[in-house]
Amino acid sequence: MSGPRLPLSDMARRVARDIPSGAYVNLGIGMPTLVGDVVSPEKEIVYHSENGILGMGPAPAPGEGDPELINAGKQPVTLVPGGSFFHHTDSFMMMRGGHIDVTVLGGFQVSEKGDLANWATDEVGHPPAVGGAMDLAVGAKRVLVLMTHTTKDGRPKILPACTFPLTAAAVVDRIYTELAVIDVGADGLVVREMVAGLGRDELQARTAARLAFADDVVELHPGAI
Amino acid sequence: MIDKRVASLTDAVAGIEDGATVLVGGFGNSGIPVELVHALLDEGARDLTLVTNNAGSGESDVAALLREHRVRKIICSYPRSSGSIWFEERYRAGEIELELVPQGTLSERMRAAGAGLGGFFTPAGADSLLAEGKEVRVINGRRHVFEEPLHGDVALIKARSADRWGNLVYSTAARNFGPTMATAAALTVVQVREFVELGDLDPESIVTPGIFVDRVVQVEAS
Repeated sequence: MSGPRLPLSDMARRVARDIPSGAYVNLGIGMPTLVGDVVSPEKEIVYHSENGILGMGPAPAPGEGDPELINAGKQPVTLVPGGSFFHHTDSFMMMRGGHIDVTVLGGFQVSEKGDLANWATDEVGHPPAVGGAMDLAVGAKRVLVLMTHTTKDGRPKILPACTFPLTAAAVVDRIYTELAVIDVGADGLVVREMVAGLGRDELQARTAARLAFADDVVELHPGAI
Repeated sequence: MIDKRVASLTDAVAGIEDGATVLVGGFGNSGIPVELVHALLDEGARDLTLVTNNAGSGESDVAALLREHRVRKIICSYPRSSGSIWFEERYRAGEIELELVPQGTLSERMRAAGAGLGGFFTPAGADSLLAEGKEVRVINGRRHVFEEPLHGDVALIKARSADRWGNLVYSTAARNFGPTMATAAALTVVQVREFVELGDLDPESIVTPGIFVDRVVQVEAS
């Protein structure tokens, strides 16, 4: 797609800015894992992994590490000092029970009411799979969605209502795309920040749901986030 | 004298019957009781219902049971992992029934079984296709779906160390479903890397007390 847009690294940096020091954070599989790489080292963040880890650290050096110490994406990770292991039922208690401060999830679609569709599309031929997406979406205190603004072929992903099967209804707090940062409010979607050089009508044209704009929309400059 | 240790993998899985519901621990390749599952394959039970987070990958463990037509139904949260070729093959052929369950619900249903509860209401999935046909109730202003307990005839799990009473400690993230599955099955079978003397495990650190364990077998290289 032509026109101004944020690179993925800037999108991740923008999300990272909204994660407060001291937070317990679960990063979803895929694009959201990039956020962990760009959070300011001055913040103390405790990362949770659904398979039973608090205090998850980065990948081990090649050839080192414990092959059974993996994250939700099945990649090898490490444990930071103070970290702990626990079983699956406790891990999902943390998720469903409102103990995780922030989760960053990918999305196929988000509705203007904050409904999230991120586990199944309308494609046929693949067996369905859900994993921990539903537990995390209903349970985390803040649900941030990091995704592209439109599909690869240009169709809007921010809609009046999701057409894909829902993961959870009315759970998304904020959406981050390569074009904008959008809050899901009681009266619908409010654009807080936009990539510099993009017009409001252009942003609306790529968004199926109706957008309102904050009084003080902030410009996002690629390479300067 | 209580001694839950058995001498061989064959003894560990002896008596598992056709039609059994088998809980299999593991998440991805972490914590899978590979040798116990292969012993179950050799034991020959058919028409199994498997309860497991993933549906196996490659040719090993759960995938081998699927390949050899031992599985009638799988209750699972994430069967679509890379390399889950045998699950996909059997599923497409209509040979196997899939019950898809959100991961936390899968774990909590087994916890409910182990805890002697008749089920629970959860918000997870209450607004999704996975709630179809189930009771939905609004609790504290939020929709919750009723989920039933999930009992196993057998649980096959992996831990790091056991004593002869069946007290268990696990290894890092390989713990995953083990402690919950141990409580939810009529027969809980555990493979461990090492046996230790009674009293050697720190009582403050025992994760699964032996009351939940029936048989323990040593598999050193696991």
